Amino acid sequence: MPRRTDIKSILLIGSGPIVIGQACEFDYSGTQAVKALKEEGYRVILVNSNPATIMTDQNLADRTYIEPITCEFVTRVIEKERPDALLPTIGGQTGLNVTLELAEAGVLEKYSVELIGASVEAIKAAEDREKFKEVVAKCGLESARSRIASTMPQARATAAYLGFPLIIRPSRTLGGTGSAIVYGAAEFEDKVRWGFECSPIHEVLLEESLIGWKEIELEIMRDRRNNAVVVCGIENIDPMGLHTGDSVTVAPVQTLTDKEYQRLRDGALTLMGAIGVDTGGSNVQFAVDPKTGRQIVIEMNPRVSRSSALASKATGFPIAKIAAKLAAGYSLDELPNDITKKTPASFEPSIDYVVVKIPRFTFEKFEGADRTLGTQMKSVGEAMAIGRTFCEALQKACRSLETDRDGLLGGPESRETNIAALKEKAAALNPSRIFQIARLLELGSSPEEIYSLAGYDPWFAGEMRRIVEMEAEIRAAGLDALDDFALLTAKRLGCSDRRLARLLEVDEALVRSRRHAAGIRPAFKTVDTCAAEFSSDTPYMYSTYERDSDAEPTARKKIIILGGGPNRIGQGLEFDYCCVHAAFALREAGFETIMVNCNPETVSTDYDTSDRLYFEPLTLEDVLEIVHRENPWGVIVQYGGQTPLRLAEALQEQGVPIIGTSPAAIDLTEDRRKFSDLLDRVGLRQSESGTAATGEEAAAVAERIGFPLLVRPSFVLGGRAMAIIHNHQELNKYIQESVSVSFDRPVLLDRFLDNATEVDVDAVCDGTDVVVAGVVEHIELAGVHSGDSAFMLPAQSLGLGIIAEIERATRALALACNVEGLMNVQFAICNRELYVLEVNPRASRSVPFVSKVTGVPWAKVAARVMAGETLRELDTLGTYGKVLAFAQYSAAAARIPYVAVKESVFPFAKFRGVDTVLGPEMRSTGEVMGVGDTAAGGFYRAQVAAGTSLPLGGTAFLSVRDADKDGAVLLAKKLNKLGFKLVGTRGTAAYLSKRGVEIEEINKVRDGSPHIVDRLLSGGIDMVINTPEGTGPLLDSRSIRSTATELALPLFTTLAAAVSAVEAIEQLKRGKKFEVRPIQEYLSLIAISN
Amino acid sequence: MKGKKKKAVLALADGSIFQGEAIGADGETGGEVVFNTSMSGYQEILTDPSYAFQILTFTCPHIGNVGVNDEDVESARVQVAGLIVRQFSGHYANFRARSSLGDYLRQNNIVGISGIDTRALVLHLRNYGAQMGVISTADCSAGELVDKARALPSMEGLDLAKDVSTDRAYDWRQGVWRPHEGYRTFPDEELNGRPLCVAFDYGVKYNILRLLVEHGFRVRVVPAQTSVDDVLRMSPDALFLSNGPGDPAAVKYGVEAVRKLIGKIPIFGICLGHQILGLALGAPTYKLKFGHRGGNHPVRNELTGFVEITVQNHGFATVASKMPQGVELTHLNLNDQTVEGLRLKEAGAFSVQYHPESSPGPSDARYLFREFRELVESWRTGR
Repeated sequence: MPRRTDIKSILLIGSGPIVIGQACEFDYSGTQAVKALKEEGYRVILVNSNPATIMTDQNLADRTYIEPITCEFVTRVIEKERPDALLPTIGGQTGLNVTLELAEAGVLEKYSVELIGASVEAIKAAEDREKFKEVVAKCGLESARSRIASTMPQARATAAYLGFPLIIRPSRTLGGTGSAIVYGAAEFEDKVRWGFECSPIHEVLLEESLIGWKEIELEIMRDRRNNAVVVCGIENIDPMGLHTGDSVTVAPVQTLTDKEYQRLRDGALTLMGAIGVDTGGSNVQFAVDPKTGRQIVIEMNPRVSRSSALASKATGFPIAKIAAKLAAGYSLDELPNDITKKTPASFEPSIDYVVVKIPRFTFEKFEGADRTLGTQMKSVGEAMAIGRTFCEALQKACRSLETDRDGLLGGPESRETNIAALKEKAAALNPSRIFQIARLLELGSSPEEIYSLAGYDPWFAGEMRRIVEMEAEIRAAGLDALDDFALLTAKRLGCSDRRLARLLEVDEALVRSRRHAAGIRPAFKTVDTCAAEFSSDTPYMYSTYERDSDAEPTARKKIIILGGGPNRIGQGLEFDYCCVHAAFALREAGFETIMVNCNPETVSTDYDTSDRLYFEPLTLEDVLEIVHRENPWGVIVQYGGQTPLRLAEALQEQGVPIIGTSPAAIDLTEDRRKFSDLLDRVGLRQSESGTAATGEEAAAVAERIGFPLLVRPSFVLGGRAMAIIHNHQELNKYIQESVSVSFDRPVLLDRFLDNATEVDVDAVCDGTDVVVAGVVEHIELAGVHSGDSAFMLPAQSLGLGIIAEIERATRALALACNVEGLMNVQFAICNRELYVLEVNPRASRSVPFVSKVTGVPWAKVAARVMAGETLRELDTLGTYGKVLAFAQYSAAAARIPYVAVKESVFPFAKFRGVDTVLGPEMRSTGEVMGVGDTAAGGFYRAQVAAGTSLPLGGTAFLSVRDADKDGAVLLAKKLNKLGFKLVGTRGTAAYLSKRGVEIEEINKVRDGSPHIVDRLLSGGIDMVINTPEGTGPLLDSRSIRSTATELALPLFTTLAAAVSAVEAIEQLKRGKKFEVRPIQEYLSLIAISN
Repeated sequence: MKGKKKKAVLALADGSIFQGEAIGADGETGGEVVFNTSMSGYQEILTDPSYAFQILTFTCPHIGNVGVNDEDVESARVQVAGLIVRQFSGHYANFRARSSLGDYLRQNNIVGISGIDTRALVLHLRNYGAQMGVISTADCSAGELVDKARALPSMEGLDLAKDVSTDRAYDWRQGVWRPHEGYRTFPDEELNGRPLCVAFDYGVKYNILRLLVEHGFRVRVVPAQTSVDDVLRMSPDALFLSNGPGDPAAVKYGVEAVRKLIGKIPIFGICLGHQILGLALGAPTYKLKFGHRGGNHPVRNELTGFVEITVQNHGFATVASKMPQGVELTHLNLNDQTVEGLRLKEAGAFSVQYHPESSPGPSDARYLFREFRELVESWRTGR
């Protein structure tokens, strides 16, 4: 069955912003799907609100709508594009949900859009728990005993039937939001209520507990001819009870006999057919009772997923790409195996290595959040590692996490000597559990004890114990008595040089030279889908301590790009986007490109992205071994965020050719004193600042420059441990607590510029010329981390004069810092004066956004610059547009006839009880972009895309600082005219009513009840406009903002944002439909490139 | 670490040497070194008689994780001549396990080696072909072992079926394994009256016999060299040709017998049985460079277009280009376009190269047993 010719155009729906449970794996799968369908000659139309993705690059799909993924907006896209078909299975739960809405609204029928891949019935059968259980039973399989409840009495009755413990699963939520395990009646009602709240249809499933059972997931593919294969089985080390996204997982399955495994396989394939998934990938999750072998079907996702991305990386079988081709009509046997190219895709990968995935948590970002894990996913990213054995893969995974671990053992848990206390900790589901268990093994616990404590299969614990035993021998031997065999054994168990150094109490470099002297170096083997049965040319590599390597390096001129490691808040998709662009650009320039990364969710770790992929931890040891093998012409460290930057200095010391801005220049911008001198030299202003290594020093600095202060440790990303401090008491507390954050680096203190407008600038410098890619204006309160802030491009409220000044300052900074490649500068404009907040000579989070808006792939431009080309040469070449036009940024920006707005999304729903007020510590997981002819249009789309709906009436609360009061008058009058009731705190209300605004005065919290927070909680406010005077923690405004966020009310903290919002409301009320327009059309409006 | 584990050496006939640790019994063993890419079911594989005189390399690195039990056996003993693994598990866990794989190997006196770069070995075999090898746990020189490997007889021309076949005929009563129930032995009253399937045992896997019973046959297993007259004297309704080790062309008595039986009763052959049927029909066989062994080979049923994921274990194959008149190629290997199935429709004879009984591996092709049963039924009612 060849590809279908009856359809010509296909609509794809992406997954939108990165949220917990739905991250960049959907950029990976979406990008694959777009490419695969274009390859087949289809016209591909894409809707995705996430600008930081590769899939929304202008030259990927034919038409790219960076628009909100809502029924309303997608309907408009369908109206406009009239696609023949819609492939709903590559955009995660978001894609499926919108597809269901479109179907229910009759849109698909009205415009004759055929669903390919999965039908509405199939999606419903998999999504609707009752229907799903029916199908499971029909297949002769077993489900957990359960019942649906939508009222509390129903829930109580069900609990009586099932007994405790039981599981609560709210219907139709993402990543298990609102799910919980209930151990007794005491906590039952509260958790049920929360579950109701989380479910969009106010419904929960109560289920028999399978806690402690093995959890196994199968990734399956099916084509139109009913051919079906299992791509990969993934086994969770953590048993049932912990969300699979938060579990440490292993592929292939290690602890089942064939009879057990084949039952799962037969069951999964039967189920996929019965659910009615026509074509594509699905996953089925099972629980297996370790005592009896009883098997229970947990759930099925009739779409590509996080685990299908993992399975693709683990096996080399590109699930999303094949799924897209199957949806287009091919059968599996008509498609080639992507790796071998010679054998067909209708096979099941055999892998001759072990893959371990380990979740990455960022609880340190969410003070007060409950760290207990359960059935609701809380991790924000993951690392994957490949080794020839479980131990090797596990230890590589541990050091890939970038949580300062050198392996399974030796982390903070190793200080714990109290077995009982440790057992108590490890018995509870928590982010460090596997390390606590490793420590218990070190303290003498047996695998059987671990099994009864935590449900780890004794085989896993037994393997972990081999690491414990090895380490004991190494420690006992000491460096001098250590023989080569023992050293090799340690390396084969995945032991890092750094860990060996700690065990032997010597320097890491010494271990390395000893190892090299013994001739012990890693071999590099390929992931080839077939356990070496067939030859393959795809150099997808991993290191292991074995005799032979597979694919020898080439003699070509190569550039290694170091990726960003696991996703975490502050380092995510944006950096991966930049790495991918570097790989593309340098390949275009004729280099062999080599990617090193350990994040299975990303496009960068698609073996198609670079000429060669090393799926490896980003540690000094691992990178040095790759460099030794490949002997690259250059290594890029400035694209993967903090991860590779941290290695820059040490790599350079080892003679590794780092290209682009030198580590010394990077250091210059990080070193306060040097940087101040530099600013003086180029005549730029910075807010008063100081550094302090002790509390006394900090107090002295504070005396000198005054409060409020912005305080942070040096060398941080994503605002880690950054805070605004208002008095000495807060400062003391901060100094004491931040010491553990970054003990060997001083604390930086800056005078915080209250009431400033903040600006992010991205620029590229080649040493001679500087181009300014974009000046984005923050429309969030000053002091909010730029990663969390909403911003606009082109800037709307800055005058041309100040933009020209920014341009000059940026140029001066780039040249003075000897930047070669990308640079990001944050400025503040305070009382019409320009201040430099910080300079980062590296890729920044805003690069993808700026590239999307300007139509110039800046990361590519900068990569070529790093590889030796000049901006002038690139301008002449023209591949990336007339880049030199941006040397006069203000002129270039003036030619952009539309406004793009970035808005951030936050994981607060996953972390109950956390302070939701934004500040200098970044906490957003993802971003969306809205584009419109006006700021209001862009702003509105961004709000909708981020899940905020603007009210068309009701009550608006206003509280503005003095500087904004004039501007607020017009705004308030407009709101009056639009029919809004207004309430305001005393000062604002008095000021406005004096000027003819109808506004009711309401108490501040400190004035006593009934006050504004009471009103908010009672549901009496529909929109909050709050531009506070300062950011003090004791201020009223703080509780107002946190309450508004918790209630998911529209909240605007700058006048610019409020004005845009009100304008958008006005237009909506006038009946304006916000038309959709693909990014390609917007970009064609810019006259720059002609 | 050092000194704790006994060393072992693998020597190949071409002079390659791999140093590792001894697993299983002490001693020395020789055979054809081959590899299997299955990721589960090592116990079934080790007890598969088709592996006679072969040293088996598992590409799956961890072997031994789930121990061994009394159920997952495909014959009465471990059949491989030796085994090679990357990481042997001394410890194991599974609710059905009865002992460790190490103890099992020692009880069966099987020599093995662990800790070697099995991927390097597999690449070597892939590039240079399967070849003879010796594993030794004794302290002898590598050169000596290479000489021993070279002295071993070639697999070509070797009839191993007669060695692994049963000595005398017997009835088979066991059905397939079911979760929580295990195997069921069918009582005579249930088996009496069923069509009789005589199964030539060239090294038969139990699961084939179990499936025949499950599909409504009364099964009588007979030695490989049973004469045609003896077979006909049993008045069978069906004839089954089993899998087995060695070179099919060397099983001359089998080919002769089958030639005489074609057309008289419906015939179903698996693996070696397939090759023997092909030879009897006039389709020659040849030795593959390194064979097919694993649980993931795509095979297309040319009659339906459906692709099956199959279990494979064969070093020889039927020549595709020399299909005799009237013989249809029914199944094709999509990896290398080799013959995976054939039939002579009017004679009621068909066979597949792969293992529809799986165990271990995917059960996609179990329908063939149903088809065989239906074929037999149509012959019975048609007469």
